[in-house]
Amino acid sequence: MIDKIFSNLTRFSALLILVIVAWIFVELYNQSLEAIHAFGFDFITQDEWAPNLEKFGAYSAIFGSVASTFLAMLFAIPIAIGVAIFLSEIAHDKIKGFFGVSVELLAAIPSVIYGMWGLFYFVPIIRDIFGGMGIGLLSAGIVLSIMILPFMAAVTRDAMNTTPDILKESAYALGGTQWDVIKDVIIPYARAGIIGSIILALGRAIGETMAVTFVMGNVHHTPQHITDPATSIPVTLANEFAEADSSLYFSSLFELALTLLVMSFVVIAIAKFYFLRKERRGV
Amino acid sequence: MTAVQKRVLVNKIILALSTLSAVIAIAFLFWILTVLVMKGVGAFNWNIFIYEGSPPGYPESGLKHALVGQAILVGLATLIGVPLGILAGTYLSEYGKNSKLAHFIRDISDIMMSAPSIVIGAFVYAVVVMPMGHFSAWAGAIALAIIMIPIILRTTDDMLNLVPGTLREAAFALGAPKYKVIMDVVYRGAKAGILTGVLLGIARVGGETAPLLFTSFNDNFFTTDLNDAMPSLTVTMFNYAISPYQDWQQLGWAAAFILSMFILGLNIVGRLILFAGKRK
Repeated sequence: MIDKIFSNLTRFSALLILVIVAWIFVELYNQSLEAIHAFGFDFITQDEWAPNLEKFGAYSAIFGSVASTFLAMLFAIPIAIGVAIFLSEIAHDKIKGFFGVSVELLAAIPSVIYGMWGLFYFVPIIRDIFGGMGIGLLSAGIVLSIMILPFMAAVTRDAMNTTPDILKESAYALGGTQWDVIKDVIIPYARAGIIGSIILALGRAIGETMAVTFVMGNVHHTPQHITDPATSIPVTLANEFAEADSSLYFSSLFELALTLLVMSFVVIAIAKFYFLRKERRGV
Repeated sequence: MTAVQKRVLVNKIILALSTLSAVIAIAFLFWILTVLVMKGVGAFNWNIFIYEGSPPGYPESGLKHALVGQAILVGLATLIGVPLGILAGTYLSEYGKNSKLAHFIRDISDIMMSAPSIVIGAFVYAVVVMPMGHFSAWAGAIALAIIMIPIILRTTDDMLNLVPGTLREAAFALGAPKYKVIMDVVYRGAKAGILTGVLLGIARVGGETAPLLFTSFNDNFFTTDLNDAMPSLTVTMFNYAISPYQDWQQLGWAAAFILSMFILGLNIVGRLILFAGKRK
């Protein structure tokens, strides 16, 4: 009897996850219906976002999300791979442990703190170098890259560490240098894992809100220059959700949220299913 | 230059570049940590714990409202999220195992773990805040719990799976029903791992800002009313940091410092528990 109750309780909890995820999609879709009917495809192709005129085009926000994530990846990927190589192949065991744990702890620092640091310490530097406001696409991309770096480096290192020692040793025995081993043994062996880790980090970067809200500017114009202020989907949601005053405005914000969810869901799913598919063991 | 010399040279260059990137990464992160500690310690004083928020310019202003609000929000989220996460993880590890359904739930839950937290906020706004008609602590806690469940589910599933099957069989052989085996043998064996998962889950949602922006919203005053908007450290930090007032910005840094120490502490304790468990 208790056995039945317990097993049903666990099954109910597990199914609840699926219900919540489905519910999120359905609810966001229902809430965005008004905007979908009002704008159709124009929603993603128009960049005029004028709440006072009841005109909502998400192009500038979508563009900002993609562009800032692209910039962040551009800066973060080479450094993260460098750090991962350093951690898995170069560093002495003691340093490895220390650096490894530090990198993981840094990944746990709340993103809002990266945003605060960016606003007070990094934006002024960008302003001095490039002129203008300092707030904009470039600052957002760099702050985002720093925020995503520990996570990306940690998962890339984990992927590289899956290479069996015996493979590496055989390559060394043939006279390979460390770089030969890295490029001809580790990278081919761990390629799927490395790509998957990077895409996973990308999926997180797209949806990151707090690290970029401070430094992006929330300006609904498609930026013409890399240092221009811009906006992204999460930045728009963070700034405008609590202030929206008409149902069409709300509906448009929900459609933005749905767009973001679909984008990140697809990216993460590609990383997980295509590259990071792990075989599970039986009990 | 011989081919070997060339290879050795290329090797040196690459290794130097890789070390350089590690140094760059550490330098940036060290910079952020230094700023956080210097600013945080500079702004830190005991008034923070005594006074609640006040308009800029008042010396008697603190973070009591945000600290208590944060504790209530995270505490409520833990109460909702941890049991659900552990039960769901138990289902996957002990009942579902390698069935298609169990794998599907694992995959979806893994994706949810990386899904944008602000979208969860929008969802909770639609299903809790709109029907209630106002922001509330409940809404914030539910949003955090939804973020927490996949984390707890994943660690519980992994940790229960590490408990040897022979232990379960031994308990079954003594005639114990399945729930007793799970409660008394499996949970006991995986205690340290589950606890670590819970701590990491709490640490993760403790730093979340985005899902709270339009669920629990914010309040500059002390409140314990769960049906009302509730301040949190993260949202307070956000509002204070973007304000033009120096003393508010100072409080923002103090909040950032306290929150980071709390989260780093949870992470370190979680790892130590797991480490101690492994050594035994």
